[in-house]
Amino acid sequence: MGLGVRLTCTINGEPREVDGLWEGESLLHVLRERLGLPGSKNACEQGECGSCSVYLDGELVCACLVLAGQAEARDIVTVEGLAPGEDELHPIQEAFLEAGAVQCGFCTPGLIVATHDLLARNADPTDPEIREALAGNLCRCTGYEKILDAVRLAATR
Amino acid sequence: MTVEAPPRGGIGESVRRPDGIPKVKGDFAYSSDLWADGMLWGATLRSPHPRARIKAIDLGPALAVRGVHAVLTHEDLPGRKTYGLEIPDQPVLAIDQVRYQGEAIAIVAADHPETARHAAAQIEVELEPLTPVTDPETAIDAEPLHPGGNLLRHVHIEHGDPEATADVVVSGEYEVGMQDQAFLGPESGLAVPAEDGGVDLFVSTQWLHVDRDQVAASLDLPPEKVRITLGGVGGAFGAREDLSMQVHACLLALHTGKPVKMMYGREESFFGHVHRHPARMRYEHGATRDGRLVYVRSRILLDGGAYASSSTAVCSNAACFAVGPYEVPNALIDAYVVYTDNPPCGAMRGFGAVQTCFAHEAQMDKLAAEIGIDPLELRRRNAMSQGSSLPTGATVRSPAPVRDLLASIANRPQPEDPGGFPGGHSNTTRGEGVRRGVGYAVGFKNVGYSEGFDDYSTARVRLSVVGGEPLVEVHTAAAEVGQGLVTVQEQIARHELGVERVIVLPADTTVGSSGSSSASRQTYMTGGAVKLACEAVRDELERRGSGDLVDLVGDEPIDVTREHHHRPTFPLDEKGQGDAHVTFAFAAHRAIVDVDTELGLVRVVEIATAQDVGKAINPQAVEGQIEGGIAQGLGLALMEEIQVVDGEVRNASFTDYLIPTVLDMPPVALEVLELADPGAPYGLRGVGEPPTISSTPAVVAAVRAATGAALTRVPIRPDHIVGI
Repeated sequence: MGLGVRLTCTINGEPREVDGLWEGESLLHVLRERLGLPGSKNACEQGECGSCSVYLDGELVCACLVLAGQAEARDIVTVEGLAPGEDELHPIQEAFLEAGAVQCGFCTPGLIVATHDLLARNADPTDPEIREALAGNLCRCTGYEKILDAVRLAATR
Repeated sequence: MTVEAPPRGGIGESVRRPDGIPKVKGDFAYSSDLWADGMLWGATLRSPHPRARIKAIDLGPALAVRGVHAVLTHEDLPGRKTYGLEIPDQPVLAIDQVRYQGEAIAIVAADHPETARHAAAQIEVELEPLTPVTDPETAIDAEPLHPGGNLLRHVHIEHGDPEATADVVVSGEYEVGMQDQAFLGPESGLAVPAEDGGVDLFVSTQWLHVDRDQVAASLDLPPEKVRITLGGVGGAFGAREDLSMQVHACLLALHTGKPVKMMYGREESFFGHVHRHPARMRYEHGATRDGRLVYVRSRILLDGGAYASSSTAVCSNAACFAVGPYEVPNALIDAYVVYTDNPPCGAMRGFGAVQTCFAHEAQMDKLAAEIGIDPLELRRRNAMSQGSSLPTGATVRSPAPVRDLLASIANRPQPEDPGGFPGGHSNTTRGEGVRRGVGYAVGFKNVGYSEGFDDYSTARVRLSVVGGEPLVEVHTAAAEVGQGLVTVQEQIARHELGVERVIVLPADTTVGSSGSSSASRQTYMTGGAVKLACEAVRDELERRGSGDLVDLVGDEPIDVTREHHHRPTFPLDEKGQGDAHVTFAFAAHRAIVDVDTELGLVRVVEIATAQDVGKAINPQAVEGQIEGGIAQGLGLALMEEIQVVDGEVRNASFTDYLIPTVLDMPPVALEVLELADPGAPYGLRGVGEPPTISSTPAVVAAVRAATGAALTRVPIRPDHIVGI
């Protein structure tokens, strides 16, 4: 198996370079296993659950469906890049905690990135708009009620 | 020393979870996020056939792949070659045959996950496919799949006059499909070989000590040389009670002398854990003309699949809760669980009570229609209460507020409907053919382990002074799987000791067992153990005298360990009689649905629920359990089923196995009752399972009300509604 690909890109505002990739590696694998950014989660690795949602040049994507090579020279933002500082939380992260929207938390990073994308496009979404925007993110613990509460709360901040 | 003013963050408050900040930041270390220097990756070769004889295995082609460090089979296991929660009948790696599709045959360690998967595929296994036993109805008389035959357990309950007769009789046959727990964090863990010849395993599981004992037995190590620490758990719901990759990763680590990580993908996860038992149930209810139950007769058949897992306990639950939370003077119940070559089934939230609740609630609606009374009124007339007798002869000692729960859901105003059609935007209806229906259901089950099992939990509590301030450390082996157990342990320690600064240490096997995060038991059992340990700390403080806490502790920390055992329970006798359960938890649900009767599509408009939790230690977390449990019940009603054809799984992915999304899940209107159970710590009950039990039949009842269709099987399919 060839391990010869190099990837150069920007992640959470930092230029990053990583060598020795196998050609078939996904962006998700590179983030999690090679760059020490395990916040994007690997719940299905087939684009069905949204747990690995990241921004690729400002567009919301599932990192499991992006080949690492496709990220060459592009700008990636992950859940680790949303908080304004090391000891601070983004208001969306704060809202998820306050509303009780976190249980096992495996879906949480993807939902937070997806909510970030929704509120950037639509600062005051209706409930049907929230549901539509988050329909690609599976959660097995919460029944979504408190996630909806969190998004409504985040929209007020 | 007395606690005068409990600090903030005690019991009864919606305290934030201590692992919340790392979880929202992406920093929380799940078992799939772990990493070690020089780590290898493990992969598993699984059987493509549901039943086959293994004629030969050639590992050569896999060993020849560059980057491969080990390729192992059952021959490399130094200890017990099988495992199992109740009966060790499941091979760690297949020996001379496979009994289900997906059974593990060989394992590989390599320097890259793709290399490991590729090498596993290179192993040449000569399999002679055999005709699988897939029909549970005929399995008992089929060729035996295990030495003791294919009947795994039969529970027979005879109560009152088993041949009683009644004026009104309704009967029906019901079926429940195979549901998957579908936790989001697939099976994963990291095994690290230790210098003493043992192994350290970091893994997501529900019961550390039972994993440890099984790993130690298979590796032929003393238990103390297998040290297990809980890795971050991405949901459980029963699917992590059995071993998955635990022995495999440890065996590879010991064999290679390197840390080995294993992480299943979603497809492998469907083959890597047990599922909810499919059930076929025949019921006959007899009643008086004024709606008093005279008898229930029931025959329940559960498909256990290839290995025992927790099937014998699921079978017992199905039998014990077969008639529902009603007073039934005469009952005759036979529940069977059988071996087949279908996927192994075991624990899932609700554990046997889910299947029978679907059937007994359908029967109650049918009986109400036959007699001509309101279905809620029929339930009220027959509702059990404190002091009622169960078909097992046991008395219900705790509050059993079935009537209160029914009143709560009945009295809820109908919601303001946000609108929308079944199927969402793509539905071209203008409302023609769309009918509304309302359905009700109530259910109950046991909390904790039953039938004489010595169920206990251990907690160690240490009170010290650090930086001039008191600090409480709580150490247990109890698995936080998302439910909020870490928060509850903190809250109890704060409440009991009056100290705000409480830390819950990582769960591991250096402290005694806490039992499983199952059976809605952990707040009751481990919460109770933390309470006992805190009381012992208080006793020591009192012994030291009076005065300021910091002075009393000084340089001599107080460190105590206590076990909490629940009241003993007893086995069922040959007629199914016995005081087998410690206590019960109850919930009721009302579902409102809109059904497109032409397309067979359902939109759930609202679920209203009432549940007695005894005491809500953390009200927000209680709501989260109730809402999340309802989503799984709704999933079973309308969409979730592992499709198994001739022993082969047809939908092992989230593309084809559908779980509810935020578009499928309606708002939940809930009421939480707090009727104390006098035998329980703080009077609490379990919370986790009741929401999943009666939500399914409530949704189905609502769809029946909208359509008039019989709907005797879940999940409901569109063609059941349309009638094609």
